[in-house]
Amino acid sequence: MKKHLVSANDLTKDDAVLVLDTAKELAAISDGLVKKLPTLRGRTVVNLFFEDSTRTRISFEAASKRLSADVINFSAKGSSVSKGESLKDTAQTLQSMGADAVVIRHGSSGAPHLLATRNWINAVVINAGDGTHEHPTQALLDAYTIRKHLRNNTGDLSGLRVAIVGDILHSRVARSNAILLKTLGATPIMVAPPTLLPVGIKDWSGEYSYNLDEVLPEVDAVMMLRVQQERMNDAYFPTAREYARNFGLNIRRQKTMQKHALVLHPGPMNRGMEITAEVADSANSVVIEQVANGVSVRMAVLYLLLGGTNNETGDKN
Amino acid sequence: MKILLKNGSIKGEKVLDILIENDKIIKIGAPNTIKDVEAEIVDLTGLIVLPGLVDLHTHLREPGREDAETISTGSAAAAKGGYTAVHAMANTLPVADTAGVVEQVWNLGKSVGLVDVYPVGAVTIGLLGENLAELSAMADSKARVRIFSDDGNCVSDPVLMRRALEYVKAFNGVIAQHAQEPRLTQNAQMNESTLSGQLGLTGWPAVAEEAIVARDVLLTEHVQSKLHVCHASTAGTVEILRWAKDKKVNVTAEVTPHHLFLSQIHCESYDAKFKVNPPLRREEDVTELRNALAQGIIDVVATDHAPHPREDKEGEWNSAAFGMTGLETALAVVATAMIDTKLMTWSDVARVMSEKPAEIGQLTEHGRPIAENEIANLCIIDPNASWKVDAKDTHSLSTNNPFDGMTLKSKVVHTIFRGKFSMKSGQVQK
Repeated sequence: MKKHLVSANDLTKDDAVLVLDTAKELAAISDGLVKKLPTLRGRTVVNLFFEDSTRTRISFEAASKRLSADVINFSAKGSSVSKGESLKDTAQTLQSMGADAVVIRHGSSGAPHLLATRNWINAVVINAGDGTHEHPTQALLDAYTIRKHLRNNTGDLSGLRVAIVGDILHSRVARSNAILLKTLGATPIMVAPPTLLPVGIKDWSGEYSYNLDEVLPEVDAVMMLRVQQERMNDAYFPTAREYARNFGLNIRRQKTMQKHALVLHPGPMNRGMEITAEVADSANSVVIEQVANGVSVRMAVLYLLLGGTNNETGDKN
Repeated sequence: MKILLKNGSIKGEKVLDILIENDKIIKIGAPNTIKDVEAEIVDLTGLIVLPGLVDLHTHLREPGREDAETISTGSAAAAKGGYTAVHAMANTLPVADTAGVVEQVWNLGKSVGLVDVYPVGAVTIGLLGENLAELSAMADSKARVRIFSDDGNCVSDPVLMRRALEYVKAFNGVIAQHAQEPRLTQNAQMNESTLSGQLGLTGWPAVAEEAIVARDVLLTEHVQSKLHVCHASTAGTVEILRWAKDKKVNVTAEVTPHHLFLSQIHCESYDAKFKVNPPLRREEDVTELRNALAQGIIDVVATDHAPHPREDKEGEWNSAAFGMTGLETALAVVATAMIDTKLMTWSDVARVMSEKPAEIGQLTEHGRPIAENEIANLCIIDPNASWKVDAKDTHSLSTNNPFDGMTLKSKVVHTIFRGKFSMKSGQVQK
């Protein structure tokens, strides 16, 4: 594996499967009575969050703690410019504190890439979401969740078709998923009104559509993205109601899907907008499970990037 | 004070000797036909002599941002790059929108004395795009402003643009437009393309430039005025310019060295030294811009030298400043992009980097033929040099040169400004 996890592109198919397999083993531990492993004892993981994201931060925090790492939460809300401190200064401060891994969430696309490539720090850099670029651990947890249900928790995702629906243009979740699903042999299908698809979508790996109803019957999973109402003010769509009418997942639409087809959502959900409460709480919805899987997958990433060996998990291979 | 330049190849053609006395070329002749015992003799065997370069688009930052550049340091960088005249853009603090500010810039340039600094006047007060600045006062000032631009901002209001084009006819001025439709480029970060989508950087569509260029061409034709298009960056802009020139509209256009050489692929590094306005475009655009320059559809090369302090360039892409330095590398970049590729000759380079820019700026002592009785403004080039750019090795106060580490062909060896070396053997003469 590469030293850092900045983009889903950093993972080969073998890497990605290794992360998912490792997550599976670690999940078994999380289900046990003592939820802790000594693997990363004495290592320091810094959660460097320039944007609020309680969910992602506590997921990484839980993952680090279950591996016995020391966790420092560094909340640097607001842009580095408005704070007056540069990304470089912040990074070097963390370096001086002896960070072994920096988990970074930043509003600017590419900020984790700079941390990983500028020689400001030696630590492993894990992208926890940058601007409208990527969120690779979210894609890993989505892949894990899909694999668990549809591929018996082993191997890759070859042959599966997964619709990603909503604000593709601004979604880092969509970008990482498009890449990782492809890497794992699945076909991502981006579904949105044309205004919310990036220019050049036709050159992305995978497919795209403007029509959710046409896509739903043939997919194995559908991933609903949060659509922010403020996009309406920028004329990406006329009204929230029109959006929900055409791209919201309701019971009527869910009934057109295959029996086994999963419903995913990275959260936080906008109930009534992109997904109705009935669908979110339905039997095929794996939204709550995604959260638990997020911890396992992040444990696996930390474990693999911080140089743990398989023996320490008690793995037989 | 006399200088005898021996065996230089004039614009890459005839080899001649040139005798300079005070600020003028007093004699030109075949090699070894001119004798003058008083003259300092400089051998130019193997070197090319061009008229001193003229830049239509330079940000010297003074007054206001003397941490990024001053008229003194910018003049030194210009001399190093072979320039004998630069046009200082108006987006200073305070903005060059009054006769007072343009005269201050003019005077500072004179006192430094390494290059002629011609101020560009703002079109609107404070570059705000609301009210016309006192264009006539700037034209009549000691600085004799002829080019007006809100560069950095676009004069996007069509009525205001029309009025500006009309108003400057009274003193034969030209409006240099920074073509950027503001609503189409809100928070835009790089060329809108598949790549911008993948990098998650807000796209800057080509149409945001082309829509303004097309509108301005039509306005210029309608009011029979003169338009200059700053930093053309797209193949679509080239198409519009081609159409406009066919229709004999009075429009000229510039391209920057970086748009002739670099494409958007560099944005993949998220290194903000590649962040520039207008953004680096596709490879196809680079190719089209080169062809357009060779064919004369694009008239001139202008540097858009835009120095920024390090702290404004080393952070995250979104919060970094737009712009690149370029005075010291422009000639080599153009030579590498246009001569090495056989698209142009040295005589063409003289046209696009000296003669034509001087004509657009209405300069009478620059971009002139290399002939007796002309002011001796000259740029002397080693066409066989190959060198690696080191951004830190600069006279500019800023190091945001995107060509850092790249190998370029041809190098400016000497610059003669008004009969004296402003740069000799690579050394700026302060």
